[in-house]
Amino acid sequence: MIIGSGPIIISQGCEFDYSGTQACKALKEEGYKVVLVNSNPATIMTDPEFADATYIEPVTPEFVEKIIAKERPDALLPTMGGQTGLNVAVAIAKKGVLKKYGVEMIGADRRAIEKAEDRHLFKKAMLKIGLDLPRSSNVKSKAGARKAVASLGLPIVIRPSFTLGGTGGGIAFNMQEFEDLISRGLECSMIHEVLLEESVIGWKEFELEVMRDRKDNVIIICSIENFDPMGVHTGDSITVAPAQTLTDVEYQNMRDAAIRAIREIGVDTGGCNVQFAINPKNGRMVIIEINPRVSRSSALASKATGFPIAKIAAKLAVGYTLDEIPNDITKETPASFEPVIDYCVVKIPRFTFEKFPGADPRLGTSMKSVGEAMAIGRTFKEALQKGLRSLEIKKSGLDSVVREKDFDTREHLMEHITQKLETPNDVRIFYIGDALRQGMPLEQIQSLTAIDAWFLENIRDIVDFEAILKNSKMTKELLRRAKELGFSDKQIAGLTNSTEDEITSLRSASGIVTTYKLVDTCAAEFEAYTPYFYSTYETEDEVRVSDKKKVMILGGGPNRIGQGIEFDYCCVHASFALKEIGCETIMVNCNPETVSTDYDTSDKLYFEPMTKEDVLNIISKEKPWGVIVQLGGQTPLNLTLSLQKAGVNIIGTSPESIDIAEDREKFKNMLDKLKLRQPPNGTARTFDEAKAVASRIGYPVLVRPSYVLGGRAMEIVYDEDTLEKFIVEASKVSGEHPILIDKFLEDAIEVDVDMIADGETFVVAGILEHIEEAGIHSGDSAMVLPPYSLGESVIDKIRQATVAMAKELKVVGLMNVQYAVRDNKVYILEVNPRASRTVPFVSKAIGVPLAKLAAKVMAGMKLKDLGFTKEIIPEYSSVKESVFPFNRFPGVDIMLGPEMKSTGEVMGIDEDFGRAYIKSQLAAGQNLPVKGNVFISVRDKDKRSIIFIAKRLFDLGFGVVATGGTAKALKKSGMEVRTLKKVYEGGPNILDYIKDGKINLIINTPSGRIPREDEVKIRSTAIMHGVPCITTISGAQASVNGIEVLLKKDLDVKSLQAYHSRK
Amino acid sequence: MKKAILLLEDGFMLEGVSFGAEGEALGEVVFNTSMTGYQEILTDPSYKGQIVTMTYPLIGNYGANDEDLESARPWVEGFVVKERSRVYSNWRGRWPLADYLAKHKIVAIEGVDTRALTRRLRLSGAMRGIVSTLDLDKESLLAKCLASPGMIGRDLIKEVTCSYPYEWGAGKKEFSVVAFDFGIKYNSLRSLVKAGCCVKIVPATTTAKDVLALKPDGVFLSNGPGDPAALSYVVDEIKGLIGRLPLFGICLGHQLLACALGGKTYKLKYGHHGGNHPVMDLETKKVEITAQNHGFCVDMDSIKDKSVKLTHVNLYDKTTEGIRHKKLPLFCVQYHPEAGPGPHDAGYLFGRFTDMMRSHAKKKRH
Ligand SMILES: Nc1ncnc2c1ncn2[C@@H]1O[C@H](COP(=O)(O)OP(=O)(O)O)[C@@H](O)[C@H]1O
Ligand SMILES: Nc1ncnc2c1ncn2[C@@H]1O[C@H](COP(=O)(O)OP(=O)(O)O)[C@@H](O)[C@H]1O
Ligand SMILES: [Mg+2]
Ligand SMILES: [Mg+2]
Repeated sequence: MIIGSGPIIISQGCEFDYSGTQACKALKEEGYKVVLVNSNPATIMTDPEFADATYIEPVTPEFVEKIIAKERPDALLPTMGGQTGLNVAVAIAKKGVLKKYGVEMIGADRRAIEKAEDRHLFKKAMLKIGLDLPRSSNVKSKAGARKAVASLGLPIVIRPSFTLGGTGGGIAFNMQEFEDLISRGLECSMIHEVLLEESVIGWKEFELEVMRDRKDNVIIICSIENFDPMGVHTGDSITVAPAQTLTDVEYQNMRDAAIRAIREIGVDTGGCNVQFAINPKNGRMVIIEINPRVSRSSALASKATGFPIAKIAAKLAVGYTLDEIPNDITKETPASFEPVIDYCVVKIPRFTFEKFPGADPRLGTSMKSVGEAMAIGRTFKEALQKGLRSLEIKKSGLDSVVREKDFDTREHLMEHITQKLETPNDVRIFYIGDALRQGMPLEQIQSLTAIDAWFLENIRDIVDFEAILKNSKMTKELLRRAKELGFSDKQIAGLTNSTEDEITSLRSASGIVTTYKLVDTCAAEFEAYTPYFYSTYETEDEVRVSDKKKVMILGGGPNRIGQGIEFDYCCVHASFALKEIGCETIMVNCNPETVSTDYDTSDKLYFEPMTKEDVLNIISKEKPWGVIVQLGGQTPLNLTLSLQKAGVNIIGTSPESIDIAEDREKFKNMLDKLKLRQPPNGTARTFDEAKAVASRIGYPVLVRPSYVLGGRAMEIVYDEDTLEKFIVEASKVSGEHPILIDKFLEDAIEVDVDMIADGETFVVAGILEHIEEAGIHSGDSAMVLPPYSLGESVIDKIRQATVAMAKELKVVGLMNVQYAVRDNKVYILEVNPRASRTVPFVSKAIGVPLAKLAAKVMAGMKLKDLGFTKEIIPEYSSVKESVFPFNRFPGVDIMLGPEMKSTGEVMGIDEDFGRAYIKSQLAAGQNLPVKGNVFISVRDKDKRSIIFIAKRLFDLGFGVVATGGTAKALKKSGMEVRTLKKVYEGGPNILDYIKDGKINLIINTPSGRIPREDEVKIRSTAIMHGVPCITTISGAQASVNGIEVLLKKDLDVKSLQAYHSRK
Repeated sequence: MKKAILLLEDGFMLEGVSFGAEGEALGEVVFNTSMTGYQEILTDPSYKGQIVTMTYPLIGNYGANDEDLESARPWVEGFVVKERSRVYSNWRGRWPLADYLAKHKIVAIEGVDTRALTRRLRLSGAMRGIVSTLDLDKESLLAKCLASPGMIGRDLIKEVTCSYPYEWGAGKKEFSVVAFDFGIKYNSLRSLVKAGCCVKIVPATTTAKDVLALKPDGVFLSNGPGDPAALSYVVDEIKGLIGRLPLFGICLGHQLLACALGGKTYKLKYGHHGGNHPVMDLETKKVEITAQNHGFCVDMDSIKDKSVKLTHVNLYDKTTEGIRHKKLPLFCVQYHPEAGPGPHDAGYLFGRFTDMMRSHAKKKRH
């Protein structure tokens, strides 16, 4: 049995799907029967063919126990599912479940996990083997903490035991921060314990990826050096592989320490991540932590070296030794070696602070990034610049971010830069460039940032060369040098007052061609068979282009809110499907966390930025028959026009149709033609135009830029003043594209539809009814398939509209439509002529691999021949729920709106809606209570509908607590209600109740469009204290259904295979 | 920026930039896959006669210091890298790599496609080559290259061995060891001392009789450059020590000991140079990750004495990595348990040597 990591959250991303998928494959290959539990439907590992019994059930001790009771596995592999996997495994081991059912824990056992995770045991173990650690002290109370800080001093690091990604941890620079962090830390720790630790901020941070087999052979797969020094979580740091600034003496010393550590912790087989800090002044080395499992870094190390850590870890767990396993890449040599690389790898995190206004943008010991890009180059400079343009944050390399004209004096400019350097933040790397451009001495930058001089010097090389480019006449030599330094054509154009296309043609006219080199685990010492490439500007190119029919699949780039694992899932499926029908598949992507960038997913893998230049370079090398842009989300879709202009054959729905769907005016014409209804709307390029549109259609209106994903910069606007503000914001995001204004439909039901077509046959794949009303982004809503409240006539209208539009757009492949339904009228909100976020969910709900079919259809096959011509309406109910990162951003309001905020999703499946819904809630970590007190505070509009809900809770035995107005409404219907003071009325108020653990459930709908400050506080406090907080009436209704199910205590588990065999 | 050229004897040429001393260097071109430890590599006397290219592209990042030395000076003939770091960053760093190389008159070239070079060597085998910062004419360089001596049959130890005996590891130690210097690395000496030996290092031409006269507890046969087949004068002396004193050989020392036991060596296509080769100890079946640096290899089949046992084998290409004698006190390995640079996995072998000396001494007493 393998435990998956559940939904994608900050600090636990899709790298665990990558690892888990490898593990499933490796074990199946060995003939084991694999039982898998993971609540995340957007994973490859939960595809029914990857395990023998796949349970899409909550990854909690209770459910895992049920599955064990049913499946009776012989062994449990807990090290593939991140921290979640470890925590659940330890919990069931403690409960005696493993013993009861005779299940052996393999890879790392309970003792090893505890030794690594419990900071106290960890410290003891490390001291025992003679390793140095930061001085520290474990505390279980605030009083104890105050005593400890007196001796350890400030700044001080606060680390809660048993959490992941540093949740609830941090660095306190003063006593005020200290008090805050201590309360939060104790709260977050599963065992209410916090470690206070001497700060080693500013030291160099390193990681080693270590593997061990049952014969005690230990190897190091990869060393990683953090560009950002200690104090910035490795997940938020730019990191570089291999380590750059260690001599062999120091490196071997670290290697020895890591080996001793893995032995002492007792990770018997598998992978392990060991983190170290080194004092740059004298070389003192301390060990920071060990993760006795595969991790984000192990995924990165696998991609950086070509060594599949998770796959090998799975094989080691079942008893192989390293020398018995071949190295897939070289075939002839065994896995018992240490990979060496002959390039430089840079990983850069992707942040989304713009989505969480009010969030603290400083980086610290608690992780905040939502994704990452990796780049490979022959030098650090090349890899860094490739990495920066891979991020898709509108940077074409190490671009300048300050404009001198924004500052009245030079002092102010330098002050601004200084401040951005001093406190770690998401754009610091760009400010380093600007500091150098402004002539700040390197030593000063170093003392402000504590970043190693070697890195800074390399950045200086880039900046210096920029100046040369700017000030000289372009020559072939200069252009070549620029390419070697990783400059993109666009970047060069910007520096030399020309256009990207001009530079591109100059480049080809000068014979400067991109060369591709292999990632081969061995620095060319042996022949490599796995075609995993990166681009560089060297003399030799190693690509061998075949003459098979080739299809290139463009991936989605770094994960971000709005474009996550779901799109990678679709790309992977396309690759599998096209291989099945004999095409050669070529994957292009730059996201190291994914399955798509696993070297054996496609026939060829290009680890490259998803930009026009980089993609076209590969195309001109490979000359694929076709290119798929509709599966990787908006990233590849945005390249459509440029690719088409370059004469590339885009297969599937035509670029013209894509343009009709994306361009509002063309789209509107199409709907008029089809006599379909849209919310009244208009487009505008200026504020005046916008004003006119808004007054024509009437407020409230929804404003948004076109060509963006995840509702970026989208707002509901109720008046003209606010309108102006948002026009400014929206035009920043949208660039040259116009701004869209729609009538906002209040209290409408939203519906998502996925469909597939081959130009002849049009099949609705799934109709998903949202639980929250329209206005909450479809990526954030809970949804259910099949619909639970919509009438058949509405559903029919939706079906017909979908097919009509697909026909008109001559869709070949997938299409997604979002509808709003109000008063039985169906409005079309948008059409996405591509795979949507819901494709994996729908595929799992109906038991049809949609993305695979889509790929085959794009390659020319027909749905008729593929056997999918009729909509499937399952008898069971599937609910998709979203998961949010609010616990990472204390103080930020958790209210949902048209801008997407969730990082991941879970699925609940069961016989009826109530059961499926409660499973989705449990899986999402929403611990709905079965008893205790519910706090209710709703806006006036909701007061009528809340009465029935409150009454049901009351009848179920909940104590009802409410604020004045709501209490009055409830009392009228004869309920016993305790009235609480408003926050500003002083204590004890609801905040105190939450902190004291007296509230078990909160139902709070926002009072108005601008939330009152106390509401924000209530909701945010609830999140920090793990109290479920429901913010919509429909959500509350569904939750009460769920609670009723919970009280019946008869929730059962069932495998996906069992559901599917029934359909 | 001064131009430099690297040319192989088959005509393969790369243009780059000079960053060490000015001049011309001739030698056999080999690649080393270690990602750290370039200073140890530069100063390893086994590289006498060779031009070394590092497969890791970024070299010089931590500069050079006066501690990480394997001998008193660099021995490589020439040094080839993708990008050398102009600055260095490490608390022990003393000089930029370029300065260090220039000071020691080592010709070096950067800015070349070292991966293409490595692939060339892998596919065609180790070759003679020339690095030049002076003469940039291909024809003339090729002529010089073809006129230079190859590795086969070449005695290079006489150029690196010490002229007079000296001692390492003062103070009272459990064992006294005589170490033949065929190009010995400091780390072997450090390792012997750490294992409890005081070491007397003797020139490669020292006779068995002289060694026996010193009455050591054991003899260490060091690494070194060149073709072991050219060193019959050393092999003869080693024959005179077999069975009389515990012997421990490393690399060239291992090859010479194998020859003394009746074996032969052959040249590998492109050698083993790096710090990541898996070697299995056939007795324990455990795998150690090893430092490697050799172009020649012992042919196990050529040793007819059935008492000589294969103890270690390279898991990459199944070549001989270690042997021992079933009855006589001697063993040797092809790889580098002293590391420097490289992993420390095989450091236990020095302990095995002292164990051997201890039990030999005991036997003699009885
Ligand atoms: N003693 C310390 N002083 C300064 N920074 C620290 C210290 N310990 C940890 N950190 C920083 O906090 C980050 C997270 O700590 P870590 O122990 O790795 O926890 P996690 O389990 O979240 O990965 C590290 O990557 C490092 O940058
Ligand atoms: N006219 C409207 N009335 C009410 N809600 C709307 C309207 N248009 C969009 N929405 C809401 O905003 C969300 C995001 O809009 P959508 O067009 O789907 O953008 P995206 O491209 O980000 O998915 C939708 O899921 C829906 O909840
Ligand atoms: Mg960590
Ligand atoms: Mg949408």
